[in-house]
Amino acid sequence: MSHALLMDRGNLKRRNRISKVVGGASTIAALLAVAVLLIVVGSVLLKGIGALSLHFLTTPTALFGESGGGISNAIVGTGIMVGLAALMAIPVGLLVAIYTTEFASTRLAHPIRFVLDLLNGVPTIITGIFVYGLLVAGKHQSGFAASVALAIIMLPIVARTAQEVLTLVPGTLKEAAHALGIAPWRATMRVTLPTAAGGLLTGALLAVARVAGETAPLILLSSIFSPGVRTEPGEALASIPIFIFQSSESPSPEAHTQAWAAALILIAFVLVLNIVARVFYARSRKRMGA
Amino acid sequence: MDSRNPTESPIVTEQNPEPQADPRADLGHTRPMVSVAGEPAAKPAKRGREIGNIELQGLSAYYGSNRAVRNVSLGFDSAKVTAIIGPSGCGKSTMVRCINRMHEEIAGARSEGKVLLDGLDLYDPRIDIVAVRRSVGMVFQKPNPFPTMSVIDNVTAGLRLTGASRGELDDRAREALVGAGLWDEVKDRLKAPGAGLSGGQQQRLCIARALAVDPEVLLMDEPCSALDPVATLKIEELIGELKERVTIVIVTHNMQQAARVADTTVFMLNGELVEVGPTDEIFTNPNDDRTEQYVTGKFG
Repeated sequence: MSHALLMDRGNLKRRNRISKVVGGASTIAALLAVAVLLIVVGSVLLKGIGALSLHFLTTPTALFGESGGGISNAIVGTGIMVGLAALMAIPVGLLVAIYTTEFASTRLAHPIRFVLDLLNGVPTIITGIFVYGLLVAGKHQSGFAASVALAIIMLPIVARTAQEVLTLVPGTLKEAAHALGIAPWRATMRVTLPTAAGGLLTGALLAVARVAGETAPLILLSSIFSPGVRTEPGEALASIPIFIFQSSESPSPEAHTQAWAAALILIAFVLVLNIVARVFYARSRKRMGA
Repeated sequence: MDSRNPTESPIVTEQNPEPQADPRADLGHTRPMVSVAGEPAAKPAKRGREIGNIELQGLSAYYGSNRAVRNVSLGFDSAKVTAIIGPSGCGKSTMVRCINRMHEEIAGARSEGKVLLDGLDLYDPRIDIVAVRRSVGMVFQKPNPFPTMSVIDNVTAGLRLTGASRGELDDRAREALVGAGLWDEVKDRLKAPGAGLSGGQQQRLCIARALAVDPEVLLMDEPCSALDPVATLKIEELIGELKERVTIVIVTHNMQQAARVADTTVFMLNGELVEVGPTDEIFTNPNDDRTEQYVTGKFG
């Protein structure tokens, strides 16, 4: 056998070259994605860090025409609305996921999955208008209406991630539970859910992170609020996204810096939630032997 | 086909003395049997091993339109260990999974015919499927302890819904662990995660878990196929001890194992029952040519 056959030439040379080009292109694409994130986070950090202070975090928004002020009312408002939304969406989402993965027949589970995907794709402004017609039109804006809209946005995220995680629980465990004569619902409560707990928590946290920055429905449902820290969900509540939106529309440069600072807070919150979610997910996968 | 296992060696017999406590010392209590809804649940059952007889009558099992088990009629004697051998895909596992009605859990799977436990048809519509599984326990191919539970919680997992007190649970767990020959190895780490045990220990934990519910019958679906020879030997010794208290049906690919543990051996091929008889007869002087070819390694 001639050594030439084993050398990098002719057809083999061309194939190696193509391989290098494709590999390079995908590396560049991956770096681009990382770069976009770094640029966004970096610019928010640079422009917002100046206005960030304890005072900014602990003072309510300044009245129109006054300077100073902060976002304490927006933080509290976002906390209340997202919290209420989570209280509504997470239990329902988990139950939907348990139903589709553990109890429903395949013929029922598939349509439900499809409907959840559709719901996930509904533009949030449409969810906002729907809730507006339901709870606000003819009455007044409220934090509760906003949390209902956020809950509708969260529901498919919670349910779909929970479905994915529950299907990861090894069938052998469910079999083991059934073979012990443990009733199906108890097997779900005692075996399937604890095994998947970390992953389920991940889904819930990601859903929270997703709606914490949701803006469109809030513009319709909770954007005209009284000054100061408000905690009553029956009235409109301030929120970080609305603060960013309104401050960035203001002509004052100070308001712009404040908008950047609020954006920084929001990004930091979402980032932390995502990291925590990752940690839980990794643990959960390990437990399930995946 | 792993019908021959050259790694099995008689040398290992001498090591690892089993716990000395007699696993059957305090097993004199009675247990509820499967009962038809509306009839008294607990019939006092004597430990004379006249209970726990399984009889299959014209059993067929399907996956969709594929008939995996074909019209099998067969009895499992409560006093004996029965091994089921046959090439992969011959319906051994499927047949066994029909006995505790696990087969029907699979989408599209169904069965025909009767499975009688002490004369009671387990497929009678009045029979509760959960009760069937409490009477007919199962140990799977791969050890599958519940990963979120400690050793002791794994053992009591099947018991906890009876509302037994903590003390009672501990007693039953201890009894089951002793019965599974695991007590001495885990008594100091009962609260440690069950998944942290070695593979062989995990499998004996699964046996303890199945025993804790006090079944009449214990189905073992290739219980040693994921274990090393030492762990395998321990399980085989355990089977010999357990046959006093439960009817044992063991599916195995390992013919030496069948020869070592079983009193009766069943040979299946293509979903059909080919031959059933005393183990030594099946291995030395089978009636059917196909059995002879299989046990001598000519096919499969």
